[in-house]
Amino acid sequence: MKKIRYLGNVTTLALDADACVGCGMCILVCPHAVFAMDQCKVRIGDRDGCMECGACAGNCPTGALSVTPGVGCAAYIIQTWIKGREKASCGGAGCC
Amino acid sequence: MGAVKKPDCDCGAACPEGQCDPGRLQMMPLYKATDTDQPCCGAPAGPPAGMDERPGYAICRFVDGFISTPAGKVPRIKTALARPDHLGTLGARMGFARKDYKVAPGLYAVGDPDGDSPVLVTANYKLSFDHLRRHLFGMNTWILVLDTCGINVWCAAGKGTFGTGEVVDRVQAVRLDKVVNHRRLILPQLGAPGVSASMVRRASGFEVIWGPVRAQDLPLFLQAGYKADGAMRCVTFSMKERMVLVPVEFYLVGKPILWMCAAIFILSGLGRHLFSISAAVERGWIAGVVSAVGIVVGCAAVPLLLPWIPGRAFALKGGLLGLVASAGVVIAMSSGTHMRLWPAVALVLFATAVSSYIAMNFTGTTPFTSPSGVEKEMRVAIPIQLSAVVAAAGIWVGAAF
Repeated sequence: MKKIRYLGNVTTLALDADACVGCGMCILVCPHAVFAMDQCKVRIGDRDGCMECGACAGNCPTGALSVTPGVGCAAYIIQTWIKGREKASCGGAGCC
Repeated sequence: MGAVKKPDCDCGAACPEGQCDPGRLQMMPLYKATDTDQPCCGAPAGPPAGMDERPGYAICRFVDGFISTPAGKVPRIKTALARPDHLGTLGARMGFARKDYKVAPGLYAVGDPDGDSPVLVTANYKLSFDHLRRHLFGMNTWILVLDTCGINVWCAAGKGTFGTGEVVDRVQAVRLDKVVNHRRLILPQLGAPGVSASMVRRASGFEVIWGPVRAQDLPLFLQAGYKADGAMRCVTFSMKERMVLVPVEFYLVGKPILWMCAAIFILSGLGRHLFSISAAVERGWIAGVVSAVGIVVGCAAVPLLLPWIPGRAFALKGGLLGLVASAGVVIAMSSGTHMRLWPAVALVLFATAVSSYIAMNFTGTTPFTSPSGVEKEMRVAIPIQLSAVVAAAGIWVGAAF
């Protein structure tokens, strides 16, 4: 996956290192190995690998991680522009 | 009394007590089929209804029996896919049978599981279900299928249907605590965007164990005592994985293509005589061929060649490849026909925009594009794509006057 990269410096992923308890749950659920363990705390090792799926933030026990999760899909984003975020749907005629 | 003999007792309750042999009575059918009862035409009758058949329900072809549990009967499923499964996979991959391709949510058994067997959780998209079960050959496990409305695990997790609430509800609905002695659920790692492991534990008492990304790694994961290595935790996007997505890309552009063809036909016919059908056919045919190049590049060439096309934004990758391919085709065609420069420019512009737009939409199919990134590239790309289409249409029509 390191071979195919998407746009850099765009992710909304943020880590509050003070709140991290080093449980490693984010390392377990991240599908792009974005996190690494540094002694007893996690650090963001590969920020641009993040696709903002939200798995880490949803499973962080202390809320140390935050990200605006979403679907990286142009068809879906066009729908949010036209219909608004609530009514936009993915899957109908569109993508996943 | 003892002298009264009834040789052929089929009178049931009318028999005086003690005169019928009860065993004989049970053996005797009320109505005995004879050879002359064979149907006079048609195929011979099939086997009688099985004990698991219920009025109004059909037993799925992937079920090979039912096993009894303290929470009731659970269907046992085959791990080998049969012809209907392969046809279903084909239909879903082609796109036309992708919606509503699902299995009933609930508990299923693989092999001969008992109270200590692991519970694997998955989505009720039949493609996901089939993919999981075919990797469980020779294993004894439970499969808990969530109701994700026929959507795969990762997309359903993104939408929240493969979510904390559904896991908790489904565990209770199938009375999983009566079926297994342990309190562990193995969820696919890609379900994590929708499921909070700690909340599932608090609400259901079941611990969530994050399994590997791919079902094929499950046997190793289980053998290793629920441990996944780094490679099992990461998504990939190999040539093979990209290749199976191409048919759906074509399917998704099907309807817009019809509109595009209509627009090309009308615009190609416009000219000094207002509208000429012969011009619409003659010029429209050329425009159609070059547009088709843009479509094929966007739907097939970009996904397949993704890692090797320069640039990171998908719209850029699609634009570059579309430009090169359509320019090549226009140059090749111009040698046979007498195409002038400006109409050729219009066609290349249009094909490039089409290819760029379709490639941009491929972002939703990939496993690595972030919504922030996609929105960023769209804000730049869509105005350019639109301008290119308008300019192409203007030049194409203008060239006819």
